[in-house]
Amino acid sequence: MIHLPGLNQASTAAGQVDLLFLVLLGISSFFVLLVSGLLIYFGVKYRHGSSADRSNPPATNNFLEIGWTVALLVIGLPVFVWAASMYFHDEVPPNNVLVINVLGKQWMWEVVHDNGRREINEIHLPVNYPVKLHMISQDVIHSLWIPDFRVKQDVLPGRYTTLWFEATETGEFPLRCAEYCGTQHSGMTGTVFVMEQADYQAWLENAAQGTSLAAQGEQLFSRLGCAACHKLNEQEDGRGPLLLGLYGRTVLLEDGTTITADADYIRRSIVDPQAQIVAGYEPIMPTFANQVDEQDLLALISYIQSLANEDGANQGK
Amino acid sequence: MSEMASEPLGREERTPVSSSPRRPKNYLNTSYTARSWLLTTDHKRIGILYMIAITFFFAVGGIAATTMRLELLTPYGDLVGAETYNKLFTIHGIIMVWFFLIPSIPTTLGNFLIPLMIGAEDLAFPRLNLASWYVFMVGGFVTMAAVIFGGVDTGWTFYTPYSSVYSNTAVALVIVGIVISGFSSIFTGINFIVTIHKMRAPGMTWFRMPLFVWSHYATSLILVLATPVLALVLVLVGIERVFGVGIFDPSLGGDPLLFQHLFWFYSHPAVYIMILPGMGVTSEIVAAFARRRVFGYTFVAFASLAIAILGFLVWGHHMFVSGQSIYAGMVFSVLSFLVAIPSAVKVFNWTATMYKGDIHFDTPMLYALGFIGLFTVGGLTGLFVASLSFDVHVHDSYFVVAHFHYIMVGSTVLAYLGGIHYWWPKISGRLYSAWWGRFSAILIFAGFNLTFFPQFIVGYLGMPRRYYAYAPEFQVYNVLSSAGASILALGYVLPLVYLLYSLQNGRLAPDNPWEATGLEWQTSSPPPTENFLEPPIVTHDAYERPSATISSSTGGQP
Ligand code: HEC
Ligand SMILES: [Cu+2]
Ligand SMILES: [Cu+2]
Repeated sequence: MIHLPGLNQASTAAGQVDLLFLVLLGISSFFVLLVSGLLIYFGVKYRHGSSADRSNPPATNNFLEIGWTVALLVIGLPVFVWAASMYFHDEVPPNNVLVINVLGKQWMWEVVHDNGRREINEIHLPVNYPVKLHMISQDVIHSLWIPDFRVKQDVLPGRYTTLWFEATETGEFPLRCAEYCGTQHSGMTGTVFVMEQADYQAWLENAAQGTSLAAQGEQLFSRLGCAACHKLNEQEDGRGPLLLGLYGRTVLLEDGTTITADADYIRRSIVDPQAQIVAGYEPIMPTFANQVDEQDLLALISYIQSLANEDGANQGK
Repeated sequence: MSEMASEPLGREERTPVSSSPRRPKNYLNTSYTARSWLLTTDHKRIGILYMIAITFFFAVGGIAATTMRLELLTPYGDLVGAETYNKLFTIHGIIMVWFFLIPSIPTTLGNFLIPLMIGAEDLAFPRLNLASWYVFMVGGFVTMAAVIFGGVDTGWTFYTPYSSVYSNTAVALVIVGIVISGFSSIFTGINFIVTIHKMRAPGMTWFRMPLFVWSHYATSLILVLATPVLALVLVLVGIERVFGVGIFDPSLGGDPLLFQHLFWFYSHPAVYIMILPGMGVTSEIVAAFARRRVFGYTFVAFASLAIAILGFLVWGHHMFVSGQSIYAGMVFSVLSFLVAIPSAVKVFNWTATMYKGDIHFDTPMLYALGFIGLFTVGGLTGLFVASLSFDVHVHDSYFVVAHFHYIMVGSTVLAYLGGIHYWWPKISGRLYSAWWGRFSAILIFAGFNLTFFPQFIVGYLGMPRRYYAYAPEFQVYNVLSSAGASILALGYVLPLVYLLYSLQNGRLAPDNPWEATGLEWQTSSPPPTENFLEPPIVTHDAYERPSATISSSTGGQP
C-alpha cells in the first residue's frame, strides 16, 4: 500500500486509514479543481468588457439542483459506509487479545501487565498479536494516541475505555496524549516497544519481583475485609453475593433490570455499591472509594475475574 | 441612480474631494457628541459601536495567536512555558469565538444592513439593540478581567473535570463573562427574528429578501435556540467548581461526557452561527460583482435553513473517540455527511451565478472568491473528519485545527472583510484605495493558506493540538505556519490602516458605487438616520435587474 513519508504503517489499521485518506484526498481534489476551475473559467470568459455571449442567463434550474444534490449523496454515502465499517471493526476487539492495563494521570502513563510488571510511559507488546489496552484515568480526561498505528481513544476518569490494535512491525513508536489535560499535557508522551513474540515473553517474565495482578487483588481482598461478606465457596452463606463465576455473568438487579458483570460493573460495585443493588441482597456494602485507588481496583477486578473460573485459575480478561 | 454608479472605482484617487459640509444630513453627521454615540438607538451607529469593539477583541485574540506561533517556531518551550502557552491558546479561543467570530458579521453588518435591506427604519427593538451592545461589553470586560487576573488554562472547550475541578485558574470569572455575552447574542437573535418577520417594507415578501437576510434569519434561530444551552452548561461547570456539587466529575458522582454532549450541542451549531452570515455576505457580493441574480435563489435560501436545522443534530461528531457508543458515532457521522450537502449546494450556486455574468474583480469580489475557495477546502476536510475511522486518527490533532480554521477564520474572516469592503462606501460615505484593497485581499488569502495548510499535514503525521513543545520532526511545518501567520498579520493590519485613512481622505462615495441591487443601495451614502426619506415599496425580486426596485427616489443627491 502507498506509504506516506514521515509516518510508519505499523498496525493492521494503518494501511486502511491511509487508503481512506487517499480516496478522500482524491475526491476533495476533484471538487477543489472543479470549483476553482469553473470560477477561473467563468471569471476569464465573463470578465467585464469581454464579448462573451450573455443572453438569457438562467435564474435557476431545478434539474441541476437536484442533480448535484443526488451526486453528492452518491459520492458521500459510500465513503461514510466504508469509514463506519472500518471504525466498527477497529472498535470491537477480537476474542483472543492480550490485555494490558493503562492508567492515565497528570502527566504520565502507567502501564500494568497482568503478571504484575509495571512500566511508566512505555508499553511493551508483541508484534502480530491483537492487543487491547484497558484504560482508565485517575484524574482528568486524557487520550492515548499512537500515530503510527492510526489509533486513538480517550481515557476517562470513572470508567474503563478500551483500545485494540495489532502491531505489524517491530520497533519503537511514539505515544502521545491527545486530549488537553493541563499544564504538562505536551509532556505526556511515551514510547510503544513492539517486540517479537518470544522477546516479549522473555521481557514479561523478566519481572523479578512479579506478584501477578490477581494475586495482589487477593491480598487486597483479605486486607480490606471483603471476605467478611463475600464467601469464596458455595457452601458458606455470606451477607454479600458469591463472587465465584461473577465475571462476565448476567446479574439481576434489585430494580428488575439486568446487567453484565464486566470490569466497569465490578469497579462501580466497589466504589459506589449503592448505585446498583443485586436482587435479594441488602444495600449494606460500604463504599471503598476512599480506601482503594485505580491500581487497587485493577487488582481487585483482576482477582474477581480469576474467580470466574471455578478452579480459580487466572484466565486473563 | 444607476448613472452615478457607472463611475469606476478602480482608479486610485488621492485628491480628497472637498470636505463634508455639502453632504445632506445623514446618520453620521447628525451629531458628533460622545453621548449621541453611546446612547444611540440607531441600528447603524450600534453596528459601528460593535465594529469598534470586535476590532479590539480581534486584536487581543490575534496577539495571543501571534505569540503562540512565535513559540512554535522551535520544538522546545523557549519563548513561553507550558502554563503561559496554555493560557494563550485558551484566551485566543475564547476571545476569537465569543467576542469576535460569533458577533462579527451579525452585530456589525447585520445590524447595519438588515433594516436597510428590508426597507425598515430600524430594528424592531432599538433599545434592546443598544442594551445588547452594553451587555456584550460587560461580558467582554469581565472576560478580559479574568485574563488579567491570572488567566485561564482550560482551552475554550472547558472540558470537565479539568475545568470544573482540577484547573486552578480564573475559570469561574471567565465563565461569568461568557454567559453575560451570551445574553447579548440572544438579544440580537430575537431582535433580528422579530424585525424580519414584522418590519419588511410593503412588497418585500419572504422570497424577495436578499440572501444576506435569509442567512441572518437562520443564524438568529440558532442564536436563540443554542445559546441558552451554552449558558446552562457553563453555569453547571461553575456550580461544580464553586460548590463541589457532582455533575461532571466521576469522583463526585458526575459524568464527564455529559459536559461534552451539552457543550457541543451548542458549539457545533455555533460554527454555523459563524459561517452562515458569511455565506450571506458572499451571496450578495457574487451577485453584485457578476451583475447577476443569484443562481438558484430559493435553494440557497432553504440551504441556510437546512444547515440551521441539521446543525443541531451532529454534535456527537466531536466525540468519536470519547467513549460514546459506537452506534451513536455512526448516526452522528452520517448526519455530518448530510449537513455538508446544503453547504456544497451553496458553493455550486455561487459558481453558477458567475455563468454569463459581467464580472468585476473589485476588492469585495476577491474576498468572496477567496471565501469560496477556503470554504470549499474547509468543508471538504469536514468530510474527512466526519469519516469515522479517519477521525479516530486525526481527532485532537493539528488536522482538526487546520480544518476549523479554514471554516471559521479563513471563510468567516474573509467574508467579514469582504462585507466591510463591499458596504464601506455605504457605511462611511467614502471610497478606499482600490489598489490597497486588492493587495491586502490577496495577501490575506496567501498568508492564510501558508499558515494553515501545513497544519493538515503535521496533524496527519501525528502532532496533537495544544502542545507547546513538540517532536523535532514537526518543526518544518511549524516554521511554514509561523511564516504564513506573519503575512496574515500584515494582511489584517493593512485594511485597518487604509480604511481608517479613507474616513478623512477617501473620495466621497456615490449612492450605488457597485451598480448593485438591494434597497440599501437606493438610499444615500451614508444613509439618513431614518434610512429612507420615503418609505420604499418593493416591486421586484431580489437581485433583479436592471430597473430600480424602489418606487420613489430617495436621497440620491450627489
Ligand atoms: C458489609 C458487607 C460487605 C463488604 C465488606 C463487601 N461487600 Fe460487596 N457486596 C455486599 C452486598 C450485600 C452486595 C449485594 C448488594 C449490592 O449490590 O450492593 C455486594 C455486592 C458486591 C458486588 C456485586 C456482586 C454481584 O453479584 O453483582 C461486588 C463485585 C462486590 N460486592 C465486591 C466487594 C469487594 C471487592 C469488597 C471488598 C473491597 C466488598 N464487596 C466488600 C456486601 C459487602
Ligand atoms: Cu493530555
Ligand atoms: Cu461540529
